[in-house]
Amino acid sequence: MADTTIPEPIPINLVVNGERRALEIVPWTTLLDALRDRLELTGTKKGCDHGQCGACTVLVDGRRVNSCLTLAVMKDGAEITTIEGLARDGTLHPLQQAFIDHDAFQCGYCTPGQICSAAGLLAEGRARDADEIRELMSGNLCRCGAYPNIVAAIEQAMSRS
Amino acid sequence: MNNFDYSRASDVADAIRLLTADPGAKLIAGGTNLIDLMKENVERPSRLIDISRLPLRAIEETAGGGLRIGALVPNSDLAYHPFIEQRYPLLASAILAGASAQLRNMASVGGNLMQRTRCAYFYDTTTPCSKRSPGTGCSAMDGLNRNHAILGTSQFCIATNPSDMSVALAALGALVHIAGPSGQRSIALTDFHRLPGDKPHLDTNLGSGEIITAIELPPQTFVRNYSYLKIRDRLSYAFALVSVAAALELEGNAISEARLALGGVAHKPWRSLEAEAALRGKAATPDHFGHAADLLLQGATAGSHNGFKIELARRAIVRTLMQAASATPQSQAHKKIA
Repeated sequence: MADTTIPEPIPINLVVNGERRALEIVPWTTLLDALRDRLELTGTKKGCDHGQCGACTVLVDGRRVNSCLTLAVMKDGAEITTIEGLARDGTLHPLQQAFIDHDAFQCGYCTPGQICSAAGLLAEGRARDADEIRELMSGNLCRCGAYPNIVAAIEQAMSRS
Repeated sequence: MNNFDYSRASDVADAIRLLTADPGAKLIAGGTNLIDLMKENVERPSRLIDISRLPLRAIEETAGGGLRIGALVPNSDLAYHPFIEQRYPLLASAILAGASAQLRNMASVGGNLMQRTRCAYFYDTTTPCSKRSPGTGCSAMDGLNRNHAILGTSQFCIATNPSDMSVALAALGALVHIAGPSGQRSIALTDFHRLPGDKPHLDTNLGSGEIITAIELPPQTFVRNYSYLKIRDRLSYAFALVSVAAALELEGNAISEARLALGGVAHKPWRSLEAEAALRGKAATPDHFGHAADLLLQGATAGSHNGFKIELARRAIVRTLMQAASATPQSQAHKKIA
């Protein structure tokens, strides 16, 4: 097909942070762009847009993924959790509180991805010590270099979960 | 990213039909490599055929005592599956050495086999690259080739295959099950990927209209004496300069069976039956391991910046075989090299 031909938008349904959202999207829309530009959930950040930095990490059906490398149309029917959906009834998620307690950020741009990734990590239950946290969080870069405090925050949340 | 049509395949036959009907179409499962390449305009498919909902997610024991792994099993699910952790720890270790937790959650087993090289010139559409645009030449040959191939290269391409999983699958003797317009077939993993030769645009021997349906592991598991050692520029989430998959069966200190494969050094996982044969019946000593390394690296050639990889590979092979022999496999989380 020529690049100028625009296929009809495709209707999809996503359950985003517990709320059903109907969308009509062209197939080359990434989940990241759908969240930010269509659903106005700008907590999820676009960093590299190539799956190298982890700033766009969200949970899809409970698993952490890079939303920049996910086509929204392929996730029709899926449950998406973003940073906006982690707090419950005005109470921060234990990871959000731990990041504050440990000052686990500086500029904050990577933080939503770090926290969503850490939420995935806790659900996976594969990290038992700091080395394993570091290894299993290696998909999330922090250019400010807040890594020691990020690891400490995750250790705190892990010990209380 | 270019505009494209989107189809959701209803079954494997439907995927084959859609693929055959549109020569510009591509299959998509995890999408971790394909979408990245589309964002760079390296891949410009006319249609994406979504196979992610096909029922190819089972991990089943075969009648022969091996394991059949559906092509759509995510990399993380495979690495953490009890059958893999307990029976094929070499494969679990290699998978966990690759990518990030997020990407492993997304990437499928079949897609891992189909991922393309990370050669910077392949990605850069402003430079000549015979893999991307056949016949245009190889920019890496006289360019930044520090991480390029030292084995099996051609004058047309010195790119490497980036997969860690495939290195372990090569060592374990895995089979790739394929379905296509003319039926089903199976080929050895070591015959699945190609050397570049004069057709570097072809990464694999998968025919047009064909789809990977499963990977099969033979019964021999190497549960005790194995190691996967990956040497890279940072400790995690980086492609290999050199990686080694080693597996041994020992009777006392004598080697009765040996498997050895390299990653990061060639257009495909690099395995040499001659190097493995040279280890059988020998004592598990650094000298014998060094001899096997020399056989495996026979014919290695240095480019302008990657000559260090030959000695690095030799030492990594000996080290990995020592780790395997002493049943102290490399941890992928605790980075100290035993």
